[in-house]
Amino acid sequence: MIQWGSAPRRPLVRQPAAVLALLWLVLVGLGAGLAPSLAPHGAVAADTDRGLQPPGMGGPLGTDLLGRDVLARLLWGGRWTLGMGALALAVDVGLGLPLGLVAGTLGGWVEAALMRLVDALLAFPGLLLAMAVVALLGAGTGSVAVAVGLATAPAYARVARSAAREVRAQPYVDAARAVGCTPWRILVRHVLPNAAGPLVAFAATQLGWVLLNGAALNFLGLGVRPGIPEWGAMLAEGRAYLRDGPWVSTFPGLVLTLTVLAANVVGDGLQEALRPH
Amino acid sequence: MTARYVGRRLLQSAFVLWLAATLAFVAVQLTPGDPAQALLAASGATSDEIAERRAQLGLDDPFPVQYVRYLLDLTQGDLGRSWLHGRKVARMILEQLPPTAALALAATVVGVFMGLSLGVLAALRPSTWLDTVATTVAVLGLSVPTYWSGMLAIFLFSLRLGWLPATGEGTLRHLILPAAVLGFGFSGSVARLVRARVVEVMEEPFVLAARARGLPSRRVVFVHVLRAALAPALTVVALQFGFLLGGAVVTESVFARRGLGKLAVEAILWRDLPVVRGVVVCGALVYVLVNLAADLAHAWLDPRLRAGADADVRL
Repeated sequence: MIQWGSAPRRPLVRQPAAVLALLWLVLVGLGAGLAPSLAPHGAVAADTDRGLQPPGMGGPLGTDLLGRDVLARLLWGGRWTLGMGALALAVDVGLGLPLGLVAGTLGGWVEAALMRLVDALLAFPGLLLAMAVVALLGAGTGSVAVAVGLATAPAYARVARSAAREVRAQPYVDAARAVGCTPWRILVRHVLPNAAGPLVAFAATQLGWVLLNGAALNFLGLGVRPGIPEWGAMLAEGRAYLRDGPWVSTFPGLVLTLTVLAANVVGDGLQEALRPH
Repeated sequence: MTARYVGRRLLQSAFVLWLAATLAFVAVQLTPGDPAQALLAASGATSDEIAERRAQLGLDDPFPVQYVRYLLDLTQGDLGRSWLHGRKVARMILEQLPPTAALALAATVVGVFMGLSLGVLAALRPSTWLDTVATTVAVLGLSVPTYWSGMLAIFLFSLRLGWLPATGEGTLRHLILPAAVLGFGFSGSVARLVRARVVEVMEEPFVLAARARGLPSRRVVFVHVLRAALAPALTVVALQFGFLLGGAVVTESVFARRGLGKLAVEAILWRDLPVVRGVVVCGALVYVLVNLAADLAHAWLDPRLRAGADADVRL
């Protein structure tokens, strides 16, 4: 039977997929955070006698060409991948949120000018824009994180501006303005709290994007130094011996995919739960 | 389609392109470092030779002069010269364009086909298992890094099964795996928005009216709803084209294909900024053109959109 109506809003705890996704994110975060205790020998201890051993024989997830334990590298690498993702998200929200909120709250020529700027930035394909910023800043870990955050900030600004505009159209904002509230006060006391829901949801989705594209830039060799176990970089290393040692790239790929998937699912769930009504 | 609407959209696109090109120019100008010095210092050039190269590259002229020259060159399709190779950037890009374009187009076809199928399937029975499965596949497409799914595809179809080549380009067989991998990544965004749109459309009065007239459900869906949902799907494809262009870069690296990806990565590692700038400006150009075409097509298909904010809607 085709359903012709629409589904009702569901809070996050009633969405099993979102809860599972959140648990995964916590798990991955803990793994990366506790890396020194869980893998005390570090991620770079090479032992070429035990090179390229499959899971079971050479450690729970196998070893790579240089005999380094894949699980240990995954755990330590999580610090790099997740750390870069967090920095990128901070840049993204730190730039996009004020830009969008100010544009949406003030309106008029300020909004028009800022949004034209955002449109121009959005004309550049996301990954290419990030790559260009890396070119300007010089390849490296920090550059990649900042670049990915910068590349996605315009999208966040757009969402923040729509959210602010919706709040601005509400009668209580008119009332506040009539009473003599300054635009700043309106922004802080009315726009921000009421726009928070969709903005938080979108930030979760953005996390998926920055993780994916940050790792992509590391995969291409534009980010971390060779040998650093960032997940994207691990994929690039593992590609060289895909036939003989598929586990070296499979596990970082799987963990990265699941983490991005989890961020997207949590974002979707939050959007569903925090939908303004 | 009114000439006024077309004119307005053309003007908008031109403005965005101009602004994007200007941002690209300013970004390169603001980057510290003297390209002439970087180029020649390694080969032990004298400061006179370096100064001469600077003048040759036009780097001594005042900012406004360089800017106007840059814009005029752009209108003639001149993207400057590579600092690393000295060749014209436009020529370098054109040489690497065909394999990348082939990949992007093939991936678009795959992605649209998959995305439409998944989106419609999910929307037909929202919140049932069918919806969940189709939506999950779509979200997977969004989440799986193309560089990993590419490696998985190589491992399975090339190394283990031996059906398709792992690397290289030139024949259609070489295109299948990369296009499928990139298309799958693309299908996720298409599927989600198609689903949302079809769910919306299913609630509209004309659909209820069609059912009330006693038309069988399947016919109602396939004829009426699909037609109405197709127009926004076009816009989605256009908006997500940026992903395709960026994704092609990464996919080329995984499958060791020649193309713009290799050109761009090399340029970045060597900080050959004119090439990088040329690639992103071309990317912006393609994106703006694709979106313009989609908007015009969309307006042609759905008259309600041509009205704009200042006209009333006549159905």
